[in-house]
Order: sequence, then C-alpha cells, then structure tokens
Amino acid sequence: MGDALNLALREEMRRDPRVYCIGEDIVLGLPFGVTKGLVDEFGPERVLNAPISEAAIVGSAMGAAVTGLVPVVDMHFADFVTCAMDEVVNQIAKSRYMFGGQLDCPLTLRMPYGIGRSGGGHHSNSVEAWFVNTPGLKVCIPSTPADARGLLKTAIRDPDPVLVFEHRGLYRVTGEVPEAETPVPLGAADVKRPGRDVTVIATARMVHASLEAARRLAEEGVEVEVVDPRSLVPLDREALALSVRRTHRAVIAEEGPMRASVGAWLAWVIMEDCFDDLDAPIVRVAAPDVPIPFSPPLEGFVTPDADDVVAAVRQTLK
Amino acid sequence: MAPGPDLLLQMYAGMLRVRLFEERVRELFANGRLPGFLHTSIGQEACAVGACAALRADDYVLSTHRGHGHLIAKGGALRGLMAELYGKANGVCHGKGGSMHLADASVNYLGANGVLAAGCVLAPGVGLSIKRRGSAQVVVTFFGDGAANRGPFHEGVNLAAVWTLPVVFFCENNRWASSTASSLSAAGGSIAARAAGYGIPGETVDGNDVLAVWEATTRAVLRARRGEGPSLIEARTIRWVGHFEGDAQAYRTKAEVEEGRRTDPLARLGRLLEARQLLDAAHAGRIRAGVVAEIDDAVAHAETSPLPAPQDALADLFASYPWSR
Ligand SMILES: Cc1ncc(C[n+]2csc(CCOP(=O)(O)OP(=O)(O)O)c2C)c(N)n1
Repeated sequence: MGDALNLALREEMRRDPRVYCIGEDIVLGLPFGVTKGLVDEFGPERVLNAPISEAAIVGSAMGAAVTGLVPVVDMHFADFVTCAMDEVVNQIAKSRYMFGGQLDCPLTLRMPYGIGRSGGGHHSNSVEAWFVNTPGLKVCIPSTPADARGLLKTAIRDPDPVLVFEHRGLYRVTGEVPEAETPVPLGAADVKRPGRDVTVIATARMVHASLEAARRLAEEGVEVEVVDPRSLVPLDREALALSVRRTHRAVIAEEGPMRASVGAWLAWVIMEDCFDDLDAPIVRVAAPDVPIPFSPPLEGFVTPDADDVVAAVRQTLK
Repeated sequence: MAPGPDLLLQMYAGMLRVRLFEERVRELFANGRLPGFLHTSIGQEACAVGACAALRADDYVLSTHRGHGHLIAKGGALRGLMAELYGKANGVCHGKGGSMHLADASVNYLGANGVLAAGCVLAPGVGLSIKRRGSAQVVVTFFGDGAANRGPFHEGVNLAAVWTLPVVFFCENNRWASSTASSLSAAGGSIAARAAGYGIPGETVDGNDVLAVWEATTRAVLRARRGEGPSLIEARTIRWVGHFEGDAQAYRTKAEVEEGRRTDPLARLGRLLEARQLLDAAHAGRIRAGVVAEIDDAVAHAETSPLPAPQDALADLFASYPWSR
C-alpha cells in the first residue's frame, strides 16, 4: 500500500504543478517510505523537509492552499496532529464555511496511524473519530493499495481539506493496482466480500481482520459480508443500509477506542436507516478505552483482531 | 568552580554506565529481545551525566525519546529500566511505557516523551510547584535541537522566564533531527541565542566535555535555586549511531561519526583523570567490571521476569473506577 500511495503522489504531482509535499524527513521517505524518491523527480521545491514545527507545517499548508498551491502534508505519525490541532480544527476545517464560502482549501493531510509493533502511548493512536466529529473536514481511510491510491488522488484533487488515514500496519500489504489512473470517489463504500448472513462494516486494518474472520466463519457455513466504507466523511449510507437490509445483522469493527467513536456513530446510522430490518442488536468491535500500552501481551490485548470479529458475528446470530 | 576527584570519578562511571547500557540494549534489540522502537544516546553521555551531576536527588528531570541516559544519570535503577525495555511486568512502568514513554517517579524522573518538546511546557509547572513549596528544587528539561523548533519550547521558556521559575532548559544539539540537519531547520544558527529574546541567560557549551556541561548546569541550577529564574543551555554534541535502531543514516557522512569518536566524551574524561593521577588502567578496569556486572544483572533480571498478564492492559487508567465498564 505504501508503493500505491507513492504512485498516487507521483501521478498527482506530474498532473498538477501546484501540488507539493511537506513534512518531517520526507525527502528520504521517512518514516514509512511513502514519499521515497519523490525529491529525485520533483526536486526540493516540491518535496519540503520542514523543521519539527507541526503547527507551522499544517498552518502554512492552509496558507498555501487558500492562495493557490495544493499541499499534501505528511503528519509523520497521526499522533502528532495534536501539535497542530488548532490549525486543523479551527483554521482549516472552518476556512470555507466561516468566511461564507469565499476560500477554497485544497489540502490533504496524510495520517499514518494505528496500533502495532509496540509503538507505545504516543505512537499508536487511532484518532479518526476526532476529525469525523469536526465539521468541515473530509475523512477517508483506505484498506487496500488500490483504494489507497485512488482515495489519495481524489483527496489531492478535492477543493476541500481531506484527511487520509493510512494504517501503518498496512503499508506492506500488497494487492492489485489498476493500470489506468482510477481515482476512488469519496463517499463510495466497497463490498470487500459478499455474504448473506451478517454484515461486518470495517475500516483499514479491521477490513483484513474481518476478511480473515469471514473465511473462518465460512467453514461453519456462516456467510459474512464485509463492507468497507472507505470514506467516513462523506459516508455512503446507502451502501451500508443496502447490505444490512439483506443480512439483517450488523457488526461494526474499528481499531480505535470504544467510546464516542466512528463505530458508535455508524451504529446510530444503521439504527436510523435500518431499524426495522435488524434481527439482532448491532455488535461493536473496538479497542478498550485505554491508551495503547507498550508491552506485546498488553498491546495484543487491546488490539481488536479476527477473533473479536468472529465472536461479534456469533453474538449477532445468537 | 570545579568538581572534586570524587565527582569526577562518579561522572566517569556514570558515563560508562550510560555508554555500556546503550551498547547492550542495541545488541539486545538487534537480537530481537526488545520490542518497539529504540533511540540510544551513544556519544551524548556527557550531556546527561554532566547535567544530572549538578542536581540534587530531589531535583526533577523531564526527558525525551532518547532518554535512557537521562534516567540512568538521574540515578534510576537499571533493573526497572531494563525490564521496562523488555516490556516485563516488573518494569518501572509495568510494561505500559517502553523506551520512549517511561517514567521513574522514585528518582523524580518525570518521563521520557514520545512527543518532542512536550517537556518544555511541563517544566514551568514543575517549577511553579517548587516555587510554591519553597523547596529550592530545580527541574531540568532535556530536548533536542529539532524539538527547539516547536512552539512549546518558546512557550515554556517564556512562561518560566516571565514567572521567574527554577527551570533549566537543556538542549542537546546533536546536529540532526532524525534525517534533517539542524542547519537547515533552525534559524539563527544558535539555540542558546534564543534565550536573549526572553531575557534569560543562554549558553553554548561543548557537549562532549562533561566538565563544561557540569559547570554550565551548575551555574544555571544555582541561579534557579536562588530564585532568579530559568536558563537555557545548548550543548553541542554528536550522536554516534542512527537516529533510531535500523536507521541507514543516508543523510550524513561517516566522517561525522568518526569526529564523534575522536571527541569521545568518555575517553576525554578518562585522559583527564589519568593526567591527574586519579585513574589508572587497573582502576578503570574495576570500574568497568562493576558497571558490566550491574548491566548483566539488569539483563538477567529482565530476561527471567514475567511478562504482564494481558488484562493488566486495563489497569491504572484512573486512581479509582466508580463504574464497571
Ligand atoms: C511532536 C513530534 N513530532 C515529530 C516526532 C517524530 N520524531 C521523533 S524524534 C524526531 C527527531 C528529533 O530530533 P531532535 O529533537 O533534534 O532530537 P534527537 O533525536 O536528535 O535526540 C522526530 C521528528 C515526534 N516524536 N514528536
């Protein structure tokens, strides 16, 4: 998936000279290789290593975006967006609305995030819910290389700010990427596996955990449908409802903590759109409400996985 | 103001302890014994040891992602630290923290930090509580040259200055923030010079000279204890190894690492001690053997300690839990 994101950046930088990348250590492609080699093709004017100054990185990106450039910010680890929270939430998110629609803010924030490899408390967080809860931001969250490339391309072309959540555990995931340049529209969910018995709505790494759960459950004759919203704002409510209306059962799986999360909101969406179609209460899979601990057994305990999805699916079938 | 023979020998052993500890954890990491990310301070020992040697046991330290040396120099037990790096249940944070996110309150080490410059704004609060108590303690907050480009550095220095708080801002300038050269990211060419803007003393020292570090920190600490407010120290040093373990270091030349080894702070103090006839080969050998034994013990202890029970992940979130889930 990392290579697919790299490809998307190259394609968009070739297509539009206004596009530039900015972040910490991105010239060498740190920390996850996504921007590797871009400087060779596009030069240091369009691949900017910034000082460690998150507020200035993100704030300057907005300044540039409202005056004619198209920045793609690498947040390094999404955890550090906390250091630019005002810029994202008060400045960028409100720039169009508060000023009565005068300003375009075509800005992309790449958010490497997620649990894994004992990153510890400041390097593991799933923070997408904060931004879904911030009006004025679009939020997408790919699970495959093709979706990652397609969504990042769309994000860069969008006249509004878009956050792209890239699970750092998926950078090495491989998959087909179409020959042609195919942007994936925001607000278009994708059925990653069809099934008639239970709908599992999952994002990013949990899509893979859910596919694994679906394979296991298929051996017992339970056919799970895995639906990946791909973008959270805007959300493809139609596609989610379509699936749940057929299966009558829903599991919602995410990696972030349980309380007031994306899954909590999706559960309400399903409740509102499909209440009469549901044959069982919606079951949620999420991390417990604690920071992410360092030690492998502790980290493993708080990491939602395929076992959790299997258990949740079974619960909806009880 | 010069350190006496005991303190010199103590700083020598201290630097050796940091050096050998860091070398051992690199080895353990390479052998897959330690989870997570690892940043070591090899080459920068004089900063941690020289600064902490100027402190009392009840003074506070705030640290960074490259914090093992600061904790060891502050007097942290190697067992608790090593067990934490292993993610063991009896690690100093019970496996919750790990290398980059650990604290040891028993020696007033208020935390490594995964977020750069975070300590710079915590420090004024520590200073405030010291001032209220009238305890004449001091807090030293360490940070890198890269972190000095973040807002919290400026906000913290300003607050400590305007409220005359007993804080020492200690910048370890090792020329690099990961792969980004300080010269390309820090305007003005000097971190220490930034102090002038806030009306506090700012001093640049040779961070590979433990005596210079000790002296500068002692000056800053005495000033803070007298109630005269904060100081900023910029110690110029060289990190000998990658930013993190596994860093290919494509951004810098071998010459820089060689320069580091030539200006080795440990060897430098060793030579000084020999010249003053405070240390000979036999004595140095005994010091080394003692440190090696301590580290061996910490490793053996960590190796044989249990991992935490998975459900311990739910413990310690709050002082008490008035609800069930
Ligand atoms: C706020 C924040 N931004 C980015 C990072 C990622 N990061 C970790 S260490 C590092 C370089 C730090 O350089 P410096 O402050 O000079 O300290 P050094 O590593 O040289 O000790 C970066 C960019 C972080 N941990 N926190």
